[in-house]
Amino acid sequence: MADLFDDYPTGAAWDEMIDPEGGPTAAYRHVHAALARLSTGEVRGRADTLARSYLTQGVTFDLAGEERPFPIDVVPRVLAGEEWEVLAPGVSQRVRALEAFLADVYGPQRAVEDGVVPRALIVSSTNFARQAIGIEPPNGVRVHVSGIDLVRDSLGDWRVLEDNVRVPSGVSYVLSNRRAMAQTFPELFASLRIRPVADYSRRLLAALVAAAPSGVDEPNVVVLTPGVFNSAYFEHSLLARTMGVELVEGSDLFCAGGRVWMRTTHGRRRVDVIYRRVDDDFLDPVAFRSDSLLGSPGLLAAARNGTVTLANAVGNGVADDKLLYTYVPDLIRYYLSEEPIIRNVDTWRLEEPAALAEVLDRLDELVVKPVDGSGGKGLVVGPKASRAELDALRVRLQEDPRGWIAQPVVQLSTVPTLVEDGLRPRHVDLRPFAVNDGDSVWVLPGGLTRVALPEGQLVVNSSQGGGSKDTWVLGGQVPKRSAVRAGLVAPAAAHPGVPIDASPHDGAPALVQMQQQQQQQQQQGQRPTTSGGGAPC
Amino acid sequence: MLSRIAESLFWIGRYVERADDTARLLDVHLQIILEDPWASEDLACRSLLTVMDRPVPDEGLVGRETVLDLLAYDRFVPSSIAGSLTAARENARRAREILSTDLWESLNATWNQLPTRVRPARAHDYFTWVRERAAMVNGLVDSVTPRDDTWRFLVLGRSIERADMTARLLTTRALAGAAGPGWTTLLRSCGAYESFLRLHKASVSEERAAGYLLLDRLFPRSVLFALNTAEAMLLELDPVLERSRVEDARRHIGLVRSSLEYRPLLEVLDHLPEEMEKVQRACSAASDAIRSRYFPADLTTQWIGEAL
Repeated sequence: MADLFDDYPTGAAWDEMIDPEGGPTAAYRHVHAALARLSTGEVRGRADTLARSYLTQGVTFDLAGEERPFPIDVVPRVLAGEEWEVLAPGVSQRVRALEAFLADVYGPQRAVEDGVVPRALIVSSTNFARQAIGIEPPNGVRVHVSGIDLVRDSLGDWRVLEDNVRVPSGVSYVLSNRRAMAQTFPELFASLRIRPVADYSRRLLAALVAAAPSGVDEPNVVVLTPGVFNSAYFEHSLLARTMGVELVEGSDLFCAGGRVWMRTTHGRRRVDVIYRRVDDDFLDPVAFRSDSLLGSPGLLAAARNGTVTLANAVGNGVADDKLLYTYVPDLIRYYLSEEPIIRNVDTWRLEEPAALAEVLDRLDELVVKPVDGSGGKGLVVGPKASRAELDALRVRLQEDPRGWIAQPVVQLSTVPTLVEDGLRPRHVDLRPFAVNDGDSVWVLPGGLTRVALPEGQLVVNSSQGGGSKDTWVLGGQVPKRSAVRAGLVAPAAAHPGVPIDASPHDGAPALVQMQQQQQQQQQQGQRPTTSGGGAPC
Repeated sequence: MLSRIAESLFWIGRYVERADDTARLLDVHLQIILEDPWASEDLACRSLLTVMDRPVPDEGLVGRETVLDLLAYDRFVPSSIAGSLTAARENARRAREILSTDLWESLNATWNQLPTRVRPARAHDYFTWVRERAAMVNGLVDSVTPRDDTWRFLVLGRSIERADMTARLLTTRALAGAAGPGWTTLLRSCGAYESFLRLHKASVSEERAAGYLLLDRLFPRSVLFALNTAEAMLLELDPVLERSRVEDARRHIGLVRSSLEYRPLLEVLDHLPEEMEKVQRACSAASDAIRSRYFPADLTTQWIGEAL
């Protein structure tokens, strides 16, 4: 039986499971041992089970118009508890800073006056929404949900790759990956203490309820989806289902009397909080693109009136502009008076002439990204690009230096991943999800680990053919349980169970009867056939 | 209808429902033991065994395997899943001439497939299969059985068993205390999670969840709904009402039903294990009363030679 980890290559990147000496790292000790006990065939069997269970559940992803099961890898991503104790505060710190920045941008713009961020950067951002100026969110929260993309470089240090504070997606895969993995690897779950993720929907709903316009009793929360053909529709329906709220499309909503309503069989019903999964541009044809059919005319006016809360808020895109990203460490120091816990990836701002010159010179060894892109669109990896592509890029950078940033190629860390040849290192990133309810920023333990399936590929986005791994954060404190009513607790042993009835014809006495009936049959069978009696039935 | 046939129908209803409910109960409990690192496997398994009326070993740790062996795969005890599917099929064999071929074949095929289905790599697959088979049987009961006494006895058995099992399920929460399954788990195991969320949003409070599983008038797996159905079936079986007394089975069920229905919920919650025990005992007593009323053939005549 070939060992799964035979011929596992060591590369330039940091491998999360196998250290340079070839042994497992501390966090992976258990997982490695459990996997090493399995043969390649068994591991493939489990991988098939995972894929099948995703097809049955309908955990699918829309790729170029085709519905496919979302690829989940059998090998989990494991994070040690101590590591998470650094990452979670790091993520939450970043969210707090961006939250303060957004309040400032759409308010007094103190940071501009104090010279922390240039005004030109803000007003030139394609995602800066003038329409959002003056919209005050009821509990001050604009970034209800965020996904901060983290990577680990070749030295094993964590870096922030980008911030997503518009409509970050992927959390449904975290929830369903966990369910599927627990059923596929029960033995690992039994021996490891993996922090649960099932709390997410409850936390999200609590944050959305907390964001409701003031004075509203039992706010009506809805999830707004672009529709069933959206690539993340599965996620929208899962969130609505687990929160127990309506999933609405733009045409289900209408605005009247300065409020937002939804059409129901019992007439109109007021809507107080909209967790919208529709981009700004499509949200309200009055304020944004007038040809949009996905939103509802008047939403923004209602938000301005304070009769409805949009989550996440309109105009958040200015905070995940990739050029603004380079200022986030300064923003953390400026707004929070704290040092950034997780560092940025070094980035060149191309508007600075010296930086532009250097980048143009070294274009074939850098990664260049459009500032307003998401999902890996438009990104160019220098070492992998052809000469013609680089030449075209050079022209574009010179024409529009504000539209691009450049970074050195980060060798993302690798995790063993099941591919055709067995387990091979594949690059991964990590997107922890944070929920802000106005009092605190809660970070879901783990998050979405995306993995680039082609060898050497560094772009992990699922829209670029990436897969995912279940992310396990080990150990930690026992959470506080909700108190159990005094009358409810009864010592198990002192309480005998009520007997479970059975028909008197079944169980032990039935055996006697069965034997007698069989004897009868034998006797009948021994009789001469001439007796003419009826055949036993 | 022959008493013997009626009895078989009654028990088919009970056994199929029992297999279904036990599968649901075990499925979510095992899932929670896996997903929640702070759940104590030993305590959770012990409370499961207690509630399901199994001897609990005094010493040593009780693990998932023990629970699965006893409650899921044991084919010789009619209170485990495999055992109750076997018993359901035996009862169907006795009532073969009354049952539709569809229904019989569905029960028989379940029994035939049983050996290949027990002990799969993932226990979840077994539970899914059991639930699918039970849904199939129940679907056939609803779609091809005429609404005569055949149907009434099947549904009567099903409802009594359902009330009993839901009560046991609620007891698992009470017995294990803080280590027991959360309300979310309980709702899930009854397939009630989504409908509960639609009604109450994501705030799963104890009062609401317990209220839903105990007293919801519209959810077919709530204790109240099951008891009401059982009562309705009994009334249809014997529509003659005496002026001053109620027939025994209906009295047991009606008494416990009204004591749940017409008392403040908090009062019931304060003594949940005791209240749930009352429900279970009432179901058992009603089952006995139904037997002595409708299936009295059980009396065996003793021949004593000397007396002659």
